[in-house]
Amino acid sequence: MKYVDEFRDGTLAGNIAANIAREADTRRSYRLMEFCGGHTHAISRYGLADLLPPSVRMIHGPGCPVCVLPIGRVDQAIRLALEHDVILCTYADTLRVPASHNLSLMRAKSSGADIRMVYSTQDALKIARAYPDREVVFFAIGFETTTPPTAVAVKQAAVEGLRNFSILCNHVLTPPAMHAILDVKTTGAAQGGVGLNGFIGPAHVSILIGSKPYEVFAGDYRKPVVIAGFEPLDVMHAILMLIRQVNEGRAEVENEFTRAVTREGNPKAQAIVAEVFELREMFEWRGLGSLSGSALKLRPSFAAFDAELKFKIDYVAVPDNKACECAAILRGEKRPQECRIFGKVCTPENPIGSCMVSSEGACAAHYSYGRFREAS
Amino acid sequence: MCLAIPACIEKFTAQGNAVVNLGGVRKEISLALVEDVELGDYVIVHAGYALQKLDQEEARCTLEMFARMSEMNNPQADGGAP
Amino acid sequence: MGNIKPNYIRPLDLSRGRVEMSHGSGGRAMAQLIAELFAAAFDNVYLAQGNDGALLPKAEGNLVMSCDSHVVSPLFFAGGDIGCLSVHGTINDVAMMGARPLYLSASFILEEGFPLADLKRIVDSMANAAREAGVSIVTGDTKVVERGKGDGVFITTTGVGVVSDNIILSGNLARPGDKILLSGTIGDHGMAVLAQRENLSFDAPIVSDTAALHGLVAAMLHSGAQLRVLRDPTRGGLATTLNEIAQQSGVGMMLQEAAIPVNKTVEAACEFLGLDPLYVANEGKLVAICAPQDAESLLGVMRAHPLARDAAIIGEVLEDAHGFVQMVTRLGGRRIVDWLAGEPLPRIC
Repeated sequence: MKYVDEFRDGTLAGNIAANIAREADTRRSYRLMEFCGGHTHAISRYGLADLLPPSVRMIHGPGCPVCVLPIGRVDQAIRLALEHDVILCTYADTLRVPASHNLSLMRAKSSGADIRMVYSTQDALKIARAYPDREVVFFAIGFETTTPPTAVAVKQAAVEGLRNFSILCNHVLTPPAMHAILDVKTTGAAQGGVGLNGFIGPAHVSILIGSKPYEVFAGDYRKPVVIAGFEPLDVMHAILMLIRQVNEGRAEVENEFTRAVTREGNPKAQAIVAEVFELREMFEWRGLGSLSGSALKLRPSFAAFDAELKFKIDYVAVPDNKACECAAILRGEKRPQECRIFGKVCTPENPIGSCMVSSEGACAAHYSYGRFREAS
Repeated sequence: MCLAIPACIEKFTAQGNAVVNLGGVRKEISLALVEDVELGDYVIVHAGYALQKLDQEEARCTLEMFARMSEMNNPQADGGAP
Repeated sequence: MGNIKPNYIRPLDLSRGRVEMSHGSGGRAMAQLIAELFAAAFDNVYLAQGNDGALLPKAEGNLVMSCDSHVVSPLFFAGGDIGCLSVHGTINDVAMMGARPLYLSASFILEEGFPLADLKRIVDSMANAAREAGVSIVTGDTKVVERGKGDGVFITTTGVGVVSDNIILSGNLARPGDKILLSGTIGDHGMAVLAQRENLSFDAPIVSDTAALHGLVAAMLHSGAQLRVLRDPTRGGLATTLNEIAQQSGVGMMLQEAAIPVNKTVEAACEFLGLDPLYVANEGKLVAICAPQDAESLLGVMRAHPLARDAAIIGEVLEDAHGFVQMVTRLGGRRIVDWLAGEPLPRIC
């Protein structure tokens, strides 16, 4: 596979690793947060931790849109399917997220709700066209990568007059989440807590939003940001670039993923999103609390496609399980193995919190790929 | 979720879609989010949509940089300094 | 024999006819379906006895029995169909015990309205698969459920074989130091089925690897290698099978990702759909665990067989109280290859 295989070359990875080992100062530690679920998955799936010196520690940030989805938002989707008899279309990732009353979308499906997995919003539109007498709701989750496909679908539905199509909008934004992490972290550092030395910027979000939105973190918070591509060599190289920034006392936004990311991003996609969506005032994030200006809802001109308005289902906040440490893990303050129930009660078969459900969640990634490290 | 792949545009089809090819596998995807793509271009595909054209020149540069790093690691070429 | 020939009104319309409730009710319609469709295709002396149970001759050796149900959707896919799948699958389960498969039973649950043309295609495919494998389908059953209560057809096959005393293969026999061999590329079957559902097309088509492996197993047993375990990785893929064996034997494993054969197109299809080939179903592959000194010669015997040309040594068994199946990735780092965690994949076996 062109542009894939070359970026997974084991020999080149070894070389980058040798450079990292040479340039990482053994007298200090480098705490680097990767913010993209895809990066969390790549690091675990390729065992990249084995290629890094002990002074470099990767911390998994809240870049997994399933992991930051509060229980109450999944409850809304389940209620729509069970009580309003809609055809609920969703990406596979949400199906096993544990919600209230011991339910998940998967369990609701087992008890008769019409819940269908789709790979693309186009699939959801096809279902809406095929079943004009049924209401079809698309469970729209994701960061800025996944928002434009939803926007395209809503626009298309408007043009076609697909009145039975609507979306349950849970699209969220990356920069506000990074602010939330850093605000906590800055406080922590001032009180002698652990701090972050830099960010690996998300691969595909950055394709859409460009590198510009990260400049505030380099400028105001003095944190280096290196945007990395999706493949393991990209991640390794970005780690090297961050180490160099830290060593040289720089705090800049650098772009490792030059083959797909520019400073401006994708203006066409940004325009389509701006046409269809506007900012919500407040939105609750699992683990980060309520953040302002951090999520999207449909503009009034597209209100007919807003499932929350159409079906009048309100959001009811639900607290996390008391033993669940997802909040601290999402903020990078604790590691999965430091959660009391990790691997005991909470496993991929029986996930208590969302970090365990999505394969990109820190807990699932560690459990599925890395838990042998503690056991030995 | 964050899954995205680079694939080659093989054929344009109706309604702003294209058939892309990755490693011999073909699928029809939407081009609604990109512009100025031509046959033979590579695009990054996510959830059934092309997100951006892949800059092949930049890809080449990045890979060259990785390769140069390997030369720096093998100093036999310039006389054996560790 | 004195059989009175039944006086049917007309033969089954195998081109345009459909399954009706009467085909499962035990009366004339069912007898006609069995005679004109199933018995005609499976045709052997045991079936021809025409009784509810087949009287089989004495066998030399210990008996091995296995059963499998098949609910694959779609019913017809590149490289096979639910029919040959049901024959190969059960033959393989028997063969993995080191046994020679002899007889199969086949039971069908048909949905009212299912086209007889499709049923004939499936039954003919089963008959061919059984004939090629030298195995007889000796008894069976037919039931029909109302329209909407089935998915076309479900097939359950049970197989019986014989194995001699000196062949002992079991999942709990893997020992630290043993080598792990794989007979060929992984993920072909699962991706062939999934690709059809997801409208992927290919430059070089992905074809199910469904095949009867008893001939390969016989060659391996004959090679003189000290074999400990044989198992075919079906649902859940190679990862699931290796974890099962590791748990049964109370050992760990270390695999080499670079050594595991994967068809390039299957790899790309997995990328498209976000799947890991380690967890995708196979229907014509086996895992063998053998004493380390025999690994190379066993590999040679396998590669000489048409069903195992791409065989490879993919790892070794370790001492590990936790029973982790670990893997050295192509990047040189380590990870575990864990049990499949309930992925919502469509039915593929």
